[in-house]
This record gives sequence, structure tokens and C-alpha cells, in this order.
Amino acid sequence: MFRVALKSLLDRKLRLLLSTSAIILGVGFVAGSLVFTDMLESGFDKIFSRAVGDVVVRDKAGVGEFGTTTDKTVPASLVADLAALPGVARADGNVSNQSTFVIGRDGKAIGGQGAPGLGLNWNDAPGQGGQPVVSVVDGRPPERAGEVALDTRTAERAGYDVGDQLKLVTSSSTEDQLEATLVGTFEFADGGTLAGASLTAFDTKTAQQLFLGGRDEFNDIWVSAEPGVSQDQLRDTVAAALPAGDVAVTGEQEAADNAEGLGQALSFIRTFLLVFAAISLFVGAFLIVNTFAMLLAQRSRELALLRALGASTRQVFASVVAEAVVVGLIGSTLGLAFGLLLAKGLQALFGLVGLDLAGQSLVVSPATIVASYVIGVLVTVLAAVMPAWRTRRIAPVQALGDTVALPESSLLRRFVGGLVLLAGGVALMALGLLGDVPRAGWITLAGAVAVLLGAAIASPVLGRPLLDGVRRLFSAGFGTVGQLAGENTRRNPRRTASTASALMIGLALAGAVAILATSGKATTATVIEDTFAGDFVIGNVSNQPFSSAVADRVAEVDGVTQVMRQRFGIGSIDGDFAVLGGLDPAGLGPVVKVDVVEGDLADLGPGSVVIDSSFADSHHLHVGDPVTYTLAQGEEDLEVAAVIEPAPLLALPATTLDGLARLGFPQEDATVFVAGPTASVDDLEAAVGDNPFVTVNDRAGLVQQQNDQADQGLLMIYGLLALALIIAVLGIVNTLALSIIERTREIGLLRAVGMTRGQLRRLVTLESVAMSLLGTAMGLVLALFFGVAVWRAFRDDGLTELAIPVLQLSLFAVAAVVVGVLAAVFPARRAAKLDVLDAIATE
Amino acid sequence: MTHSALEASGPPPGAAPAARVANLTKTYGTGDARVVALDDVSLDIRAGEFTAVMGPSGSGKSTLMHCCAALDRADRGQVYVGEAELTSLKDKALTQLRRDQIGFVFQAFNLVPTLTAHENITLPLALAGRKPDQEWYDTVVGAVGLGDRLSHKPNELSGGQQQRVAVARALVSRPMIVFADEPTGNLDSHSGAEVLQLLRRSVDEFGQTVVMVTHDPVAAAYTDRVVFLADGRVVDEVRRPTREVVLDVMTRMTAPSPDRAAD
Repeated sequence: MFRVALKSLLDRKLRLLLSTSAIILGVGFVAGSLVFTDMLESGFDKIFSRAVGDVVVRDKAGVGEFGTTTDKTVPASLVADLAALPGVARADGNVSNQSTFVIGRDGKAIGGQGAPGLGLNWNDAPGQGGQPVVSVVDGRPPERAGEVALDTRTAERAGYDVGDQLKLVTSSSTEDQLEATLVGTFEFADGGTLAGASLTAFDTKTAQQLFLGGRDEFNDIWVSAEPGVSQDQLRDTVAAALPAGDVAVTGEQEAADNAEGLGQALSFIRTFLLVFAAISLFVGAFLIVNTFAMLLAQRSRELALLRALGASTRQVFASVVAEAVVVGLIGSTLGLAFGLLLAKGLQALFGLVGLDLAGQSLVVSPATIVASYVIGVLVTVLAAVMPAWRTRRIAPVQALGDTVALPESSLLRRFVGGLVLLAGGVALMALGLLGDVPRAGWITLAGAVAVLLGAAIASPVLGRPLLDGVRRLFSAGFGTVGQLAGENTRRNPRRTASTASALMIGLALAGAVAILATSGKATTATVIEDTFAGDFVIGNVSNQPFSSAVADRVAEVDGVTQVMRQRFGIGSIDGDFAVLGGLDPAGLGPVVKVDVVEGDLADLGPGSVVIDSSFADSHHLHVGDPVTYTLAQGEEDLEVAAVIEPAPLLALPATTLDGLARLGFPQEDATVFVAGPTASVDDLEAAVGDNPFVTVNDRAGLVQQQNDQADQGLLMIYGLLALALIIAVLGIVNTLALSIIERTREIGLLRAVGMTRGQLRRLVTLESVAMSLLGTAMGLVLALFFGVAVWRAFRDDGLTELAIPVLQLSLFAVAAVVVGVLAAVFPARRAAKLDVLDAIATE
Repeated sequence: MTHSALEASGPPPGAAPAARVANLTKTYGTGDARVVALDDVSLDIRAGEFTAVMGPSGSGKSTLMHCCAALDRADRGQVYVGEAELTSLKDKALTQLRRDQIGFVFQAFNLVPTLTAHENITLPLALAGRKPDQEWYDTVVGAVGLGDRLSHKPNELSGGQQQRVAVARALVSRPMIVFADEPTGNLDSHSGAEVLQLLRRSVDEFGQTVVMVTHDPVAAAYTDRVVFLADGRVVDEVRRPTREVVLDVMTRMTAPSPDRAAD
């Protein structure tokens, strides 16, 4: 039986290719996501395992949550003390800063779109086990003020060679820009990547000048062990000698901590990518189900013959499932290969948004290979089981009959089942989005999946009126060819509808994203219009803090009446990433309007916070309750002074500027709101100085800046959703190609009685367009439903405006027609190329 | 076109040729597998006549019909349908010729399953973007005798009814010539007789030219002229055939003959 299945598979190479294409794409995306994130991880791992000393010494609050540097340091004198300890080979002090950027030749900063710009002091301290961390590639290390060394990748991106003069910006310097000579370039000794971060090295004195206010201190100290001394032994020795308040950590522990912190950031990227991989697989599964249903329908006679020859229903079923396993294996293998290409593509895509991984080689872990095969084979087999089960109802006697049809489930039962699932999904979504239940996200997701599945299952009936309309439209516009195309799409409503369903899912998601994004933009515009009483905003989109000297100078500009600084620190609440804002309460009202729900803003002081009502609801907080932040130095309770309506311009919860500084965060501004109706942009820009990270925006510019930022994120999401659409298009190609094989004789007849090749191509194209129109229509309806439902859920969290992007959704519809036309190209050509005589003679 | 070949084969007075083949040769395969399907065949199909092409399997009768009907191309020689010489025409022109000048009745699967009988009948006209001549349409449909079943889809019609719809489709565009390929091959004798009578009437009443490929002497007896093919050549011809005469010729053809072996 298995040989029969295998042979019949190989006899249909084209069909095999078509049925595997969905698996290739789906598995490819999973594999690509895994390879890409492994690639990211290995790049960081190399640095983390190398770029730590045997033992690291620092103030116990020297590193904040999520790896942020604080201003807590250790005195320089400690270096010599530690170096003198027994078992210590050497000790080196390190200075570091996470906001130092090189200005490229084109005047733009290198990096800065999320990746840190690391500034540090050069030393040749060895990493764990005495291995060198970095090696000089060209030139020499910086030795005095006015000299810097860069990592090779940053020097390359900026376009500088050793000996060139270059400019830098750093958040902690009061200077606009620093000038320095590039004296050397270096790289990590074993080729680790910084993923877009840049590394700028100064001599120690200059680094202390820039980052530590000139104090002779270090952020941390690396202590290297003498041969034969373990990290634990060394740590114990060092710890015993430390003054109170300082801690010693082994290199292994430090590397693991760093990796864990980063792992959380990377797991977000991995989850993000895997969500799209799951969508691709979900869409791909439709394609596989459809393909197997069609292939089995075409082979019904063959299967009936097998039954007549004595094969049991079990054997026939098993042979179909075996076929699925083979298809799954082939698809997974090709998918894995495609995944490698995709990882390269993702590398380029993420490079565009600042996560530069150039030069990083692909990492294919055994887990990726196993996951690819398991997912590929499992999805294929599950998708094939449904149509395969129906083969059990093929009777042997059908082999002798004229027509053999694979029995199909009743359309009515299917319709009712679909509607029930749809209704259940809507109920789940309502519960998840509007109800107060645990795991609301998962409930909503389950609801959304049920809605999509329900709509897909009910679509053969739901889509009927639309297909009727399309048929009438086609008949009116394209005569007999149009009528034939319309009839053909209604011929097998299940097939047409499930093909269209793949497109429906892609469009539903893209449309919902578009609706939410547009609503977000509209909300932003309204928020700025309604709540920003000032005139200018100084800041940047990437949230790189900048020197507080900027706001000092802006305050002096003619016409400026008030300056409101906003800063933020990073900590965690209940283990979750949490921002702690710092603001100037004097600006609340005159510069940024707020509506107080509870409490009094006058009570806001260094030990208290202002929160918004949605945060208050989700954390069940009232005035006087404590908000507990985990910060570098441990847990800090901040009392709620006031609850206000959501204020998207503010980073909330927020304490005062002093309060933030007291908790150890650097005194650097993230945003400066400026009131000054008569101030001129030119004067403000002159006061801000030449720093590519700091821009001056008026109100319109602020809206624009927010929108641009949203658009960049959207572009990425659309790029990934496009993959789901590509699979959907493949589905149309697949269905058309298979239905043309099925209809070979009919096509021969049409050609014989006078249908020209052009007319035949038009026929196939119209069928394709009909399917894509059906998918688009259902997709847009669901997009509206999803978009509005999610919007409604977030309305109370500040997403106040609902905006339907009519133009964009219309463009999606137009694109769907174009997609339909394009999807038909290959099947139409195949149909037109059929030899009339051969076609008529086909069994 | 020249009339020399036509006169040489002696046309009955007043009859112009609807189709003509001259020195038609077609082979399939190469080397040992080479099969001569048509071997220098010349033949006139006279207008207004019902012609049957008969011969054993592999005699080339189907190939001959396919070449005449613009479905296949010969290696050498010419094919004329009316004034048009087919071997020089491109696919588009051939398609239009099939649509406008030729009617088809195949053995099976004649109708497009998604269209009603009426729509199937008018399909070639619709593809050409023309409206059927209503009077002629009524005449044809009346002759076919399907008045009450015109709105039915093919799967709601019997095999005989389906073949009669196919005949109506072949007739409705007033083609130069109708080709029927074993039109009764899949029918019982009663339904077959109805289809053959219909073809006969189309010749007698409407002056339609009809060529039918068949292996059934009973079917051949409905025609005006039977052309016998064997090994890709025209070997015999019978006018005003009867079932017995046709059977007789066929028996002679299939019997081993020293003459033909030497041929």
C-alpha cells in the first residue's frame, strides 16, 4: 500500500510541488524565526561569556533592572586594593555609558534606533579565563583626551578611517558634540556581534570626565584570577575585602544574568516572529486541507479501484496519511532551506530598523531542525486526515461507475457548525476584551481563532450571495466567458471558499492592524490637540536621553515662558518591565493638561507618584496606596499622590525629577515640553545645538513625528503579514492549477468549439479574481469586526478615537484584485497551452 | 482555389466542396515506433452531403477528421475548409475557424456542465460575441426536439438528449461543415437512431454538410457516402450505402489479403 501511495505521489510532480508549497512557506517562517533569534542570541552570548571578568565588583545598586547602568560607582582606590589580594592576577576599573553615539559623515548618528551606543574606557583587562575580550584591528588604543577608538563595524558604517576627525554625542556631556580623532579600531576577539550597538572607547580619564562628572571612580571592576584560582574562590576572597555596599559576582553568574536580561528582550522578538509563523502555518493549513481534498477527489476512482482490488478502508486511509507524511517530510526539508533564506531576509529587515547583524553567520540548532520537521509533518498529516477520512466512504463498486465523487459533508451542517463556532468565538472575544477575567489575552486569541475558523467553515454558504453578485457582474462585463467564470467558482463552493479563506485571514489581520493603527494616530492627534497646552516639544523618537543642559539653554530663549522636563527610569513591577517617569509638576496644567480623577497633584513629591486611571484599575490602586518598584537598589514603595485620566504625552507612573534622581537615575532629559507662543523655531534649534538625537517640533511636527514612528512599526507588521498573503496567493494558484487539471476535458471542449486562448486565459483570471474578491470581502468584514472590537477594549485605556482607514482598506481590496490577476498567470498559461486534442482525449 | 483535383474525383453536378484535403501525410513517433497515420490522403467532402469515414482502429480515420476539423496539424499536404487553407493558419485563426465554420459532435463529454442546454447550444456564438438568429435557433431546437428541456443542465439530461443538444450546438452557427466523432458510440440503439436521424435531417432539410467518423455499419447506412480508410489511405468508397454493403466492404478489408499485403 505504501508503495502505491509513493508512486502515485511521484507521478504527480506538479501537484506534489503545489501541495508542498504551503508547508515550505509555513515551516520556512518557523525555521527562519528560530534561526534568526538563535543568531541574535549567539552573537550576544559570545560577547557576554567573554566580556566579563573572572569576578565583577560593583556597588550593589550599580546595575539597574534590565541591565541599565546607574550612577552608583566604586572608588578608583578599590582597584589597587583588590589587585593586591592573594589569588588576584590583576584588577581593572571600567567606566561605561549607554548613550554615546558617533555622528557619521552624513551628519546622522550611527545606531540609536533602540540599540545602545556604548561609551567606555579602554583597558586591556582580560575576560573570563584570561582570554582577551577585544583586539585592535587597526591603529592603537586611545591614550589621551581627544582620541577615541571604535569597533570596526561602527567605523565602517560611519565611514571613518584611523586618523580621521569625528564627532560624537553623549547624553551626559553638556557639550553639543565632542570632537575627537579616531586612533584605532577594534573587534571582539571571536567575532561576536553587537546587534547594531556601537562601541566607543576613550582613555580612562576622559571617560570619567565624560560619564562620571570627572570623579575618579568606576562603574565596575574586573578582577582576574591567578592560574589555579577558581571564580568562586576569587569571589570569596574579593567579597571579604569589599567595603559595605559593594558586591562581587563571578563572571559566570554575571554572564548568565546578562544573558537572562537579554533573553527577555530576545524572547519578545522570537515571540513576535513566531506569532507570524503561526499565522502562516494557520493559513498554510487551509491550503494543505484544500490541496489534499482536491487531490483525493481527483483520485477517487483510483482509490475505488484499490478498494475493488481488495484494499481495506483502513489501508486506503493509511496510504493517504502515509502520502501526507512524505509530503510533510519533503515540505519540511525544503521549508528548512527556505527558512535559512528567510533568516537572511529578516537580518536585512531588522537591519533597516537598527538591529544590525551584518557579518553574523546563520545558526541552525538541532532544536530548529526538530521543530521544523515536527511542525511540518504534524500540520500536513492533520490537514490530510480530514479529507482522508472521507475516503473511507468510497465504495469499491464506484470503480466501475462513470463518475466517482468523494463524498462531502453536507453544506447545511457545515454552515450551522461554522456559525456556532463563529458565535462562540465572538462570545469568547467579548469575554476576553471586555470582561474582567484572568488570562484575557489567551481567551481573546482563542476567540479570534474561533471566529476565523468559523467564518472559514461557514464561508461556502456565507459567500454565496457575494459569488452570485460576482457572477452577475462578470456576465454583464465579460459575456459568456464571465458567466462561465462565475459558474465555475460556484461549482465547488467548499473549494472556492476555503481558498478564499486563506486570503480572508491575511486581510482580516492586516485590516485590523490598519484600523487600530489609524485609530492610534487619530487618538495621538486628538491627544496632542486636547492636552498639549505648550507650543514645542524637544526630544527624539528613539528615547535616547540627552543632556539636561539643553533644557537650561532653551529656558533662556526669547519668548519661552515655561519649560517642563520629562525623564524616565526603568524598573520592574511584579517582575514586569515598568517605566518610572520623572516630571516637573509645575508643568502639569499650564503645559500638559491633565484631568485629576482622585487625589491632588500638589501632593506629588519625591516619594510619591501620579498614575493614570487605567493603571489604577488594573493594579487596583487608590490615592495613598503604595506602588512597589524593583530597582537596582531593591524594592522601593512610592505612594500614589493622584490618579489622572490617561495622558499619553506623559510617561506614567511618574514621580518628580528629584524623586527620580534620588532613586539613582541619571539626570538626563528624555522630553522637554516648551510653552512659548512667541518663541521661534530657529532660536530654539540654535539653543538645542547640533545633536542629531534632539529635534525641535511644533505641535504639527509632534503629530507627524508620532505618526512616522507608528508607520515604521506598521511597515514591519505589514511586511510579515505579507507572508500570509503570499501563502494565500499560492493557495489560489494551487486551486486553479488543480481545477484546471480536473477540467482538462472541458477546456478541450471549449477550445474545440471556438474559445480562443485569450478567452481561456480571461476565464481563468476571472475565476481567480472572484476567489480573491470573496476572500477580500470576508477579510474586510472581519477586519472591521476585529479592529472595532479591539479598539473598544482599549478605549478606556486612552485609545479614544476610532478611525476607519477607508482609503487604505480600499487599496487592500484593489490589491486583492491585482493579486487575483497575478495568481492566475501561471494556471492560465498552463490552461492555454493545453493541446486541444490531448485535452479532449483525457480520461 | 483550383478545381482540378475536385473535377478529377468527379463531383456530382451542382455540389461545391465544403472541405478538401490534398496529399495529406501525418506520422507519429520516430524510428521503429514510427506510425503512419495518414499516407498521402486526398479527399473531397462535398457540400450538402452526409459523409461517413470508416476503417479499422489505427486506419487514420480519427486523425483525418481532426486534421479537417482544425484540431490537429498534418506533416504535409493541404486542408481546405471552404476557401480557407488550414495548414498556414495560426492558432487564433484556427480557433475562430472552429468557432464560426465548424460544428462538433464528440462521442462523449460534449457539453459544458455548468451551462444549461440553451447556453450550451449558443456557446460558440456567445464566444464570438454574436446573437443567434432567433428563427434559425427555433428551427434547430424544434428539429432536435428538446423544447422543454432547454433550461436543464447537462447532468439532468439523458445521454441521447445530451448528444442532441450537441448536434443543435453544431448546427446553430450555420457552419460550413459539421464533424461528428462516433456520435452514437455511447448510446443505446434507440437513442443512437434519434441522433442519426437528426443528422440526416440536417443534411436533407437544411443542406448541412456532415462528416461522421464511425465504425458502426448501421450508422454508416444513414449517410450518402462512406469513405473507407486503412493504414492511412483511402481504400474504398461506397455511395448510397446500406448496412449490408458496408459490412461487406469492412469484412473484405479486415480479411487477410495477399494483394494488400504486397501493396
